[in-house]
Amino acid sequence: MSNPFNKDMSRRGFLSSISTGSLVLMARVSQAEDDVAVAVVEEGSVPTFDPDLFVSIARDGVVTITAHRSEMGTGIRTGLPRVVADELEADWSKVVIEQAVGDKRLGSQNTDGSNSVRHFFQRMRVAGATARTMLEQAAAEIWNVEPTECHGRNHRVVHAESGKSLGYGDLVEAASKLDIPASDTLRMKPASEWRYIGKDAPITDLDAILTGKAEYGIDARMENQLYAVIARPPVVGGKLKTLESADTLAVEGVQHVIEIEGYQGAPVFQPLGGVAVCADSTWAAWQGRDLLKVSWDDGPNGEYDTEVFAADLAEAAKRPGKVWRNNGDAMATIANSAAVQNADYSVPHLAHASMETPCAVADVKVESGKVVSCVLKAATQNPQAVQQAVAAALAIPEAEVIVHVTLLGSGFGRKSKPDYCVEAALLSLKLQRPVHVTWTREDDIQHDYYHTMSHVHLEASVGEDGLPTAWLQRAAFPSISSLFSAGSENAAGFEVEMGLQDLPYDVPHIRVESGKAKASTRIGWLRSVNHIPHNFAVSSFADELAHHAGRDPLEYLLALLGEDRLLDMKAAGLSNRGASAEEYPYDIGRLKHVTRRVAEMADWQRAGELPKGRGLGIASCRSFLGYTGHVVEVEIDQKGKLQIPKVWVALDAGVIVSPDRVLAQVEGAASMAATIALHGKISFTKGRVNQSNFDDYRIATMSDSPREVVAELVKSDAPPAGVGETPVPSFAPALCNAIFAATGKRIRSLPLADHDLSWS
Amino acid sequence: MTIINVNGEKRELGDIPDDTPLLWVLRDQLGLTGTKYGCGVSECGVCTVHLDGEAVQSCVTTVGEVGDSLVTTIEGLSEDGTHPVQNAWREHGVPQCGYCQVGQMMMAAALLKANASPTDEEIENEMWNICRCGTYPRIRAAIKTAAKEMQK
Repeated sequence: MSNPFNKDMSRRGFLSSISTGSLVLMARVSQAEDDVAVAVVEEGSVPTFDPDLFVSIARDGVVTITAHRSEMGTGIRTGLPRVVADELEADWSKVVIEQAVGDKRLGSQNTDGSNSVRHFFQRMRVAGATARTMLEQAAAEIWNVEPTECHGRNHRVVHAESGKSLGYGDLVEAASKLDIPASDTLRMKPASEWRYIGKDAPITDLDAILTGKAEYGIDARMENQLYAVIARPPVVGGKLKTLESADTLAVEGVQHVIEIEGYQGAPVFQPLGGVAVCADSTWAAWQGRDLLKVSWDDGPNGEYDTEVFAADLAEAAKRPGKVWRNNGDAMATIANSAAVQNADYSVPHLAHASMETPCAVADVKVESGKVVSCVLKAATQNPQAVQQAVAAALAIPEAEVIVHVTLLGSGFGRKSKPDYCVEAALLSLKLQRPVHVTWTREDDIQHDYYHTMSHVHLEASVGEDGLPTAWLQRAAFPSISSLFSAGSENAAGFEVEMGLQDLPYDVPHIRVESGKAKASTRIGWLRSVNHIPHNFAVSSFADELAHHAGRDPLEYLLALLGEDRLLDMKAAGLSNRGASAEEYPYDIGRLKHVTRRVAEMADWQRAGELPKGRGLGIASCRSFLGYTGHVVEVEIDQKGKLQIPKVWVALDAGVIVSPDRVLAQVEGAASMAATIALHGKISFTKGRVNQSNFDDYRIATMSDSPREVVAELVKSDAPPAGVGETPVPSFAPALCNAIFAATGKRIRSLPLADHDLSWS
Repeated sequence: MTIINVNGEKRELGDIPDDTPLLWVLRDQLGLTGTKYGCGVSECGVCTVHLDGEAVQSCVTTVGEVGDSLVTTIEGLSEDGTHPVQNAWREHGVPQCGYCQVGQMMMAAALLKANASPTDEEIENEMWNICRCGTYPRIRAAIKTAAKEMQK
């Protein structure tokens, strides 16, 4: 394999912690899975680093590992480097973690879709094993023994027979002269010898977070920066009509008022346009923004009204639509049945409301009147998307956009859409100095890429045992595809697959359709995406059928899931998130296992014996290739006040790298899903969002979140699946099924704030 | 000339309007970015600091209101990050994204100063801060651990 060492100096700043003149061994993994290589920096030379590097070892033994995914609370900035360190047999206390800038040669950095461990677990192992193997070979040459007799152990290579050992730092020079081993010749550690994978460690940023020193996008600073707050058109696609800024410019500290153009064509990640106020402080800019006298032309979305649209969606979901899955003949079976059940379910728009609003600082460099580069520091889930969007806006090559990734004050999908980074870049271009853009909470709630608004119609014919003989699902919701393709009214396959087309139930006749729906705002992905409305509908309907049949919901659900088997993904037309059916089969046995296990944990047997006002609800689903079962317990007083004393969750996501961080996300998902179920609703009138801050877009706090979350991770040798989004979808239906058990009230639309839960 | 006392130091702010929120003075003028912005209207608690030992939301507390009171931010909660609340947060692995945790810890520290052994209900009533990652069960547990530590 060729040595990829690259003299290109344009990638400055990468691996900046490595001192000039040190001798380092570096292994790289690039986009091609097997392309692992090692590069060497000669002693005394100026280090020039190829950004494809994931691990380097300096002569003093310090190991530097690149974190190329964004940290927004999952622990990934610690988890993936620990995978490298494990295969390398590195001493974790001698490991330094470097956050990568955006660069497509690292492979995907889009920290989204619960993909980080799934996509990079094996690549990180190969990177670590490559470096360890070279160190072992170097020691073998020095000792004149067989490489197979030499083993990396906790930062030293050891020769057991002679008792000799050498530290990693002492082997770097010899190792760097060796050829790079092919990845298929590497000796990988067996799982029984893993020292960090599956073991807990504090996240690398813990102390910085606890002392207030952690740097988020809102904290990013550049010398001589201005602070910007922006007035955006209240309606998506609107344009500035008139502007008076005299009062704004009179505010102490305000420097400039600058117009930003609206987007052309589909919104994608372009700025919404508007008027930016740039000042010496965030507060001055904010005050100035509020004193702007602006009027807007609302454009084509000025009549968007979600009350009207809800009725449109309900109609669309009743009509035949595009067929996504058709096993057997559901239509004829239902038409010929005397026992047909049907129900409709709906979920409104939701906002991400990440705790830190979107924020970025940009510095555009202009030489001889020509834009040459842009450096940004941003809270972004996707630095490569920042490169693309900023490069397009400034008409410079993507490689000239350097994106430093800060910590993210959560993201949930919002921060993979870099419109706010482009805003900062355009303002810096205009002012020829760094500009930091802060979104206020009102900006964030009113100008989000909203979770879709949806309606699902379900119909089933049932046999004498109460189990369905045919199952029809019709959904209508504006699609994320409208973000990229202006005017698109068709659902995308990946959206329908999330919770509808992937129906796991053992029903002879299944038909899945979607209707057309126009998008009148920016539609984006939010933690667990279309699974939210789809699994709410499907798992609620299963519970309805159980009650109709007079059967216990757990027993019925297991019967509905049928025999342990692998779902025929070809027959169902599933893409399986691009994963192969061999590696990631749709295993009904595993889905049944988490369903049964969570019921055991919750002592489900007592479900039928609870007094009125108390209830247990169950739901389970496969999402992001992982399996989750939820049982929710509710207490509802006669006036309708709801409490959630306890939630049980069983998660099977294959091999787990960081158990405590996964448990933390499972616990947190119960709270986030509680927010969705209890409060989540963004509504529009005349194209404008009616909510503006946490007083009217409520987030569950400690007092209305589940009081106790008991989570269990199923031990598994299966390849790692997603975990961040996986424990979200089954919570809301389990909660609503519990509400039915407690009160007899069936909830078919969210949020619960719209419903009266009182009983007598 | 406005002067405020932050973490035991007198800080000169120049001639700034009395109605300037403490939050932006701390963050943009004094460079104390440990205190975060979340909502600007005292709905989320992310910006919580101490004023004479009591929890206040710095986004709605003006420098005029601060006057001669002593302001404590996360940078001044302890010298080396070992306040019992910080230790308990570390022990329970509370933070996920971490953004709201400074405000949560400042709130918890003030709560424990006023009430050495709060009940579950008291913790729930006092800790109204929003955490979007949903770390509430661990916050509750960490407050109890910190309470025990402080009683030793």
